[in-house]
Amino acid sequence: MLTGIVFWVLAVIAVATGVAVFRVDSMARATYALAASFIAVGLVLLLVDLEFLGVITVLMMTMEMAVMGIYMIMFMGMNPALMPMDMVHGKRPALAVAIGTFVVLAAGALLIPWPTRRGAPAADLVTSLGEAVMESKMLVMMTVSPVLFATIVAALVLALPKGRYDRLGDDLRGTDMRAGKAPR
Amino acid sequence: MTLQTMLLVAAALFSVGLYGAISQQVVVMVMMGLELMLNGVILAAAAFWWFLSPTPDGQVLLLVVITAMTVEMAMGFAVATLLHRSRQSDMTDMATDLSR
Repeated sequence: MLTGIVFWVLAVIAVATGVAVFRVDSMARATYALAASFIAVGLVLLLVDLEFLGVITVLMMTMEMAVMGIYMIMFMGMNPALMPMDMVHGKRPALAVAIGTFVVLAAGALLIPWPTRRGAPAADLVTSLGEAVMESKMLVMMTVSPVLFATIVAALVLALPKGRYDRLGDDLRGTDMRAGKAPR
Repeated sequence: MTLQTMLLVAAALFSVGLYGAISQQVVVMVMMGLELMLNGVILAAAAFWWFLSPTPDGQVLLLVVITAMTVEMAMGFAVATLLHRSRQSDMTDMATDLSR
């Protein structure tokens, strides 16, 4: 009973703050709203005994939204990030697609005869996750590792200021300012 | 709290995120829409795990989704930085030539 009430409170918070992300009048507030939505979902994960994943969701998203806030201020200046804004395009088609998607997903959730639960959760879920990661699912983690490393390299290549596109322009035909000569 | 109710909430989060990802013009706001969609995916995966098959495999799947979210965020910030430096803009409409 109590779990049900807590779930519905968190669900309403998650969806309401999710809607608020695109309704509030500043990007800074939108960031806070998104963080609140993630925290609510992280707490729902705790309700279904996913302690480890719930906690890392809350911690990771809190930090991620802090970084996002810094980006907004960095790109838009302190004032525009806190001032009213409405920068959208194709509002009605986007709304129609979103509503259509919700109707389809909700119909699937309500109409599909879902099977009954098979098995029971382990006594210590965090330990079982650790054992899975280090044993039967090690290949998954070994695939994730190079993906994360490639992401670091790719993000640095894109974000570093002195790439060839900076020196030679978007078409790579400009004069190489660093070497003082035209490219081949 | 049932599987259906959790999936309904997840569907709502996914749809709201989809609206944002399609309609927003600022790159960071588009990323927020994508994040919200992944938020819904996390909730749906947790619901399936708890109500259908509470094995460690489902937890690993959730871990992979969270990793995908991290990758999306890192690459999104990198592209936003590149766009802002090269064009002094963080609007998607100013970067339509990237789709060619």
